Amino acid sequence: MDFLVVQFLTGLASACSLFLVASGLSLIFGVTRIVNFAHGAFYMVGAYVAYVLTERWSGALGYWGGLLCAALVVGAAGAAMEMALLRRIYRAPDLFQLLATFGVTLMVEDLVVLLFGPEDLLGARAPGFKGAVEILGQQVPRYDLFLIGLAPLVLAGLHLVLRRTRWGILVRAATQDREMVAALGVNQRWLFTSVFALGTALAGLGGALQLPREAVNHSMDMTIIVEAFVVVVIGGLGSITGAFLAAVLVCELNAFGILVLPEVSLVLVFAVMAGVLILRPHGLLGGAPAEARAMRLAIPPPWKPFTSAERLWVVGGLALAAALPLVAGAYALTVAAEVAIFALFAASLSFLMGPGGMPSFGHAAFFGLGAYGAALAVSGAGLPMAAALLVGPLLGLAGAVLFGWFCVRLSGVYSAMLTLAFAQIAWAVAFQWVGLTGGDNGLLGIWPEGFARTPHGFYWLALAICATGIVLLRILVFSRFGYRLRAARDSAARAETVGIDRMRVQWAAFAVAGLFAAIAGALFAFLKGSVFPDTLGIPLSVDALAMVLLGGVETVSGAILGAIAYKLLAVWLISETDQSKLVLGAVIVLLVVVFPQGLGGQITRWRRPT
Amino acid sequence: MRQSTARCAAFAFAVAAFLAAPAARAQQSEIKIGEINSYSTLPAFTEPYRKGWQLAVEEVNAAGGVLGRKIAVLSKDDAGKPADAVTAANELVSSDGVVMLTGTFFSHIGLAVSDYAKQKKVFFLAAEPLTDAITWDKGNAYTFRLRPSNYMQAAMLAEEAAKLPAKRWATIAPNYEYGQSAVAVFKKLLSQKRPDIEWVAEQWPPQGRIDAGAVVQAIAAAKPEAILNVTFGPDLAKLVREGNTRGLFKDRAVVSFLTGEPEYLDPLKDEAPTGWIVTGYPWYAIKTPEHDAFLKAYQDRFKDYPRLGSIVGYSTLKAAAAIIAKAGSTDTDKLIAAAEGISLVTPFGQVVFRKGDHQSTLGAFVGKTAVVDGQGRMVDFVYRDGAAYLPGEAEAAKLRPAD
Repeated sequence: MDFLVVQFLTGLASACSLFLVASGLSLIFGVTRIVNFAHGAFYMVGAYVAYVLTERWSGALGYWGGLLCAALVVGAAGAAMEMALLRRIYRAPDLFQLLATFGVTLMVEDLVVLLFGPEDLLGARAPGFKGAVEILGQQVPRYDLFLIGLAPLVLAGLHLVLRRTRWGILVRAATQDREMVAALGVNQRWLFTSVFALGTALAGLGGALQLPREAVNHSMDMTIIVEAFVVVVIGGLGSITGAFLAAVLVCELNAFGILVLPEVSLVLVFAVMAGVLILRPHGLLGGAPAEARAMRLAIPPPWKPFTSAERLWVVGGLALAAALPLVAGAYALTVAAEVAIFALFAASLSFLMGPGGMPSFGHAAFFGLGAYGAALAVSGAGLPMAAALLVGPLLGLAGAVLFGWFCVRLSGVYSAMLTLAFAQIAWAVAFQWVGLTGGDNGLLGIWPEGFARTPHGFYWLALAICATGIVLLRILVFSRFGYRLRAARDSAARAETVGIDRMRVQWAAFAVAGLFAAIAGALFAFLKGSVFPDTLGIPLSVDALAMVLLGGVETVSGAILGAIAYKLLAVWLISETDQSKLVLGAVIVLLVVVFPQGLGGQITRWRRPT
Repeated sequence: MRQSTARCAAFAFAVAAFLAAPAARAQQSEIKIGEINSYSTLPAFTEPYRKGWQLAVEEVNAAGGVLGRKIAVLSKDDAGKPADAVTAANELVSSDGVVMLTGTFFSHIGLAVSDYAKQKKVFFLAAEPLTDAITWDKGNAYTFRLRPSNYMQAAMLAEEAAKLPAKRWATIAPNYEYGQSAVAVFKKLLSQKRPDIEWVAEQWPPQGRIDAGAVVQAIAAAKPEAILNVTFGPDLAKLVREGNTRGLFKDRAVVSFLTGEPEYLDPLKDEAPTGWIVTGYPWYAIKTPEHDAFLKAYQDRFKDYPRLGSIVGYSTLKAAAAIIAKAGSTDTDKLIAAAEGISLVTPFGQVVFRKGDHQSTLGAFVGKTAVVDGQGRMVDFVYRDGAAYLPGEAEAAKLRPAD
């Protein structure tokens, strides 16, 4: 019994930092609708700055002053990012700002190593909170008690600010209805900037407060950002109290879960999120109706099919691509095959996000299931490559049918996060089921056969399959099914009135997108010769999202351009430099500013001179 | 107008970036060796590692190179992903024409590259990956490994653990193949030596995301007499802090993988654990002529002290050069024949790459941790030769798949 009480306290202490980061993220999302991917980076920078300051300044005042200053520095950096970068792209399609903050995150990950060195930095312990106190015969760190007290204080402080100040009223109003606040003549620019400053300062404080608990390192951002976002979603987007409850729920379930099942931490937060969202589609304390207007992806201008002249261009481009083996060497052809595979993968996500209007943060689930399906067909069932390429994607299709059934019942970011939860659960299964999947050591020896053994043979195979897939997806967009799908996206109520079953149509779109992603995944397995759990992982989902957004989510086939640009750049940079993330991030930020409609959006603009 | 100029400029920049041919890298007369590692993901290990192999290359070339030619290392980052490592391997082999591949840190990346080497019939000298699979159940003819494997380190530590009076043991290991197999082998070997031992608790935190307070409490609740730890890096720092504050390590024996390596011990500064039985690299106290020479050369060259990564990088490239020299050729089959049974001197002394399973006999230092002058140090250490902790060659060869 005593032990359980202390374990409960431990869980509460872990919840504190998570809550601080999540509350900032929730505030920013509530007001600006920006999925701030860089929030984890701000948390990490907070920890690094706190380390530097507390090493330089002495005494208790220096230490606590250092932590607070770190939060202020990070808040200033957040405001600077909002003013210099995000202000330029508020008019871009929804979620496009995510791409910009993703670029910033990539840059920060490399920059901290360049600035602060590669080694982990263990900061000093907090003065006055060094040892432990005995509670019920167990040693509890004093600093844990400090954190347990701090989190409710921050919650109360935020509550006061939001309820009792004019600024707070505006923030709440903007969270409820951004357009209405603007219509009433409130200066949104400074409201957004100030919310960003406060939100990122909270992230910085969360990072700084970790100083007495962990070594500061350059991968802290990725460990926190996903968990923080999950907490925000479990709590209900924009709800600070919800974020607090969710942080406590997640940390307590973890603290007690590991007593029963020590491996549970791997997947716990995602399982909790999936469960909560299935039962409560808007999180614990999130409200449904207020967000309906702003949450949906903006309605793109109507699309038109290619004209005959444009078709000729496409055929010509394909002919050129097919002629590549005449001039390119083995390495270039392998990279080109990879680009083709990712073009199909991005096109499948684009189908879901564009015509389907359903963003997905876990699209790698279907890619990875396709890859595992093909690999298991070869290594488990001993099938030849051709059969594996047919059978493998069925696993992805099955996953899409299953996950899609739940996801179409939610809307906007909640649906996107549910796909992420399912992707992470699939990842955890692949990771932990060593007997079937080989765990993280993966499945090896999945090499192509026959004519596809040669680089040009495999390239032609990949090009043929991927080009066919992309064309089919495009035909679907302009088919009756495509129009139904767009109707369901643009106005669910009117679509249902004319007899379209919205959920069925969207569910079918999920299955289509999942199937084509899985085909790309199956090809990927044969391209690399091996499959690992990271084909289901978050970084790959984020890559796909970046490709689609870079290509232009409001276009039919812009994702192809996004995939080609992103993949070529990534492969080339990793080959040329150890700071590939820094350069890639900088290029993304630049492209985001120059092409706020995406690369494909630019071409659309050329097609329709205004 | 201004805006469209900016667009054109950005587009031109992007196009130029794709088309720019890689700069000429190496002259024709050089022997090119391809090297892949997780430079951007694990800089704390790979920076000293890179310095290590750079020193080796300079020494080899200063002595006239091999086969009368200088060696040049083409080094690639794998971004911590197996798929990117395969892309890098493909570029090195297909495009740059390297005679062999070396490097890698993570086990799964090592396995992906080793499978690529088997498929493309390229020689691969794995530097760091610890998984037993790479030389045993997923071993292949083209792959050799330098570092003492998981099994070897577990065997060295289990030998010390068996001498402890403790009977109730608990384990803490990161939840992935490395942690799983380290615990499995350690348990098996220790239970063989000491059938009276009871395994009372286990914790499997996800790598890089340990909830240290909860894990420490959970282990303490099982009241073990001794603890096996396999976590490292940031997880280790959190575990040590929570464990010290909550008194987990008080009056308990702790046996810990890799903790004596400067990469992981140094960041802990004066909070380094004391009295833990660990494997590691006490560069400050090794007194052998081979290591003295290495230490002096390294410190003269880089004005920094070596980490274990430096030893791995240095020895990997020294081994690569020795294999090419012995083969008298850069032909893959001749390289394999030369590497099987080759003997060379590393800063840790003489090592042999075994013919039976392609594992080198490089050993590790086993000792106890202490805090000396505010720094984590290894004391009372001995060097354990890897050969003594491997199954016999014939027995090991049976663990490998028939090719």
